[in-house]
Amino acid sequence: MKERRYQNENKVYVKVEALFYPDGRLYPVAFWWESGHRYTIDQVLDICRAASLKAGGVGVRYTCLVHGRQTYLYYEEDRWFMERRGA
Amino acid sequence: MKQRVILHSDMNNFYASVECVHRPGIRNQPVVVGGDEELRHGIVLAKNYLAKATGIRTGEALWQARQKCPGLVVLPPNYPLYLRYAKFARQIYADYTSRIEPFGLDEAWLDVSGENGERVANEIRERIKRELGVTASVGVSYNKIFAKLGSDIKKPDATTVISENNYKAVAWPLPVDDLLYVGRATRQKLQRIGISTIGELAQTSAPLLHNLFGKVGDVLHAFANGFDDSPVMQMDEESLIKSIGNSTTTPRDLICDEDAKVTLYVLAESVCARMREHGFLCRTVAISVRDNELSRFERQMKLEKPSCISGEIATAAMCLFRQHYHWPRPVRSIGVRCTDLIPAGIPMQLSLFGDEEHRQKQEVIDRTVDDLRRRFGHFSIQRATVLADAPLCGINPKNDHVIHPVGFFRDGMES
Repeated sequence: MKERRYQNENKVYVKVEALFYPDGRLYPVAFWWESGHRYTIDQVLDICRAASLKAGGVGVRYTCLVHGRQTYLYYEEDRWFMERRGA
Repeated sequence: MKQRVILHSDMNNFYASVECVHRPGIRNQPVVVGGDEELRHGIVLAKNYLAKATGIRTGEALWQARQKCPGLVVLPPNYPLYLRYAKFARQIYADYTSRIEPFGLDEAWLDVSGENGERVANEIRERIKRELGVTASVGVSYNKIFAKLGSDIKKPDATTVISENNYKAVAWPLPVDDLLYVGRATRQKLQRIGISTIGELAQTSAPLLHNLFGKVGDVLHAFANGFDDSPVMQMDEESLIKSIGNSTTTPRDLICDEDAKVTLYVLAESVCARMREHGFLCRTVAISVRDNELSRFERQMKLEKPSCISGEIATAAMCLFRQHYHWPRPVRSIGVRCTDLIPAGIPMQLSLFGDEEHRQKQEVIDRTVDDLRRRFGHFSIQRATVLADAPLCGINPKNDHVIHPVGFFRDGMES
């Protein structure tokens, strides 16, 4: 049985550029927002498992610094998602 | 002996809560997760608090639930998602102890002896909330029974401690059917002799309970008094699997031996595939049958030789069925269970006259079928027998198999 995925307005699946290190760590480097704009991640501040009640999902949450602003990027199973701002 | 510290963690309204995390749009509506009505599994499996407030109960038919709450959101279960949650929860528990005994997908006992139970319980609750987005209730006690009782007392998102000092004040006033293993029938029987709380049960003499309930009476008396020293099992100990079984509520009532045969074959195949996967042979086969008036029985028989061959198990199951069921009523659900498991690798006495070669070939065929199904899907290869009735055999019990709580004693209460 495969897990059914739900579409949520505030859950934005994004394209991500990421690095896998030889020791198994995985770090996102940049992401493309739905507008097509590419954002570089300046720093990953924290990594932990977390639920996103706004977007509706559970995964590894990367707290990222992008242009001086903090934002969350979630890695859920095999996809990356972000919360729509103002959600 | 140093006192143990046992936690029982219970994720509240599990299926419904998980759905609400993943579907923000319905979070403020009454929600139930229900089985497939077309397959006649149309009952409430879980509900959120808003649905509960309308009087909906777990286990009632979906049409009844809709009557109680017209705007009810009914969702089909998404078991793979719940399994993912169960795995995450166990990863959290594993940060505190390796003694984790799951009880279904949403509950588990943890042995955290040597730790401050309440502190660990609160930490686990916080983590479940933050990391999984759902809430859990945790009971803390010195035995598994009171720990489980504790997790039921305050919901949602709460810790309840039942210690040796306070169990009389906390546990004893509770209704007797809050205790593990006291179902409706036992409760009614207890009520007839004037026992309605756990305290009253605890103070009833053990011999009296033994006379009334047999072995179960001893257990009830012990549970009510907190005399339970059963250990919290280590997670993933294959040897602790005492039986492997599958049952199903069939898409339509079964009305003849042929119907039963189709279903028993499908179930036996699934059970045997799982035995082979885990490397077991069984020496006993049991069937359970529930008719359309919900009366249920179970019968078992010893096999001549330990087996994991689908054909042999199915034949044994069918033989039991023919012996013990003479169609007073149509059958609603049916199950096959293999017990008395032994590891497949142990040396065995072969029969001088039986056809061992044929049996070995049968097993090779079964394993080939397992392999084909793994690669190309369950329905890529099927027995001609089960094709006799396509709708009946449209179940794939192995993959659709969901882990429901096993009995507290795993083996059930029979000796």
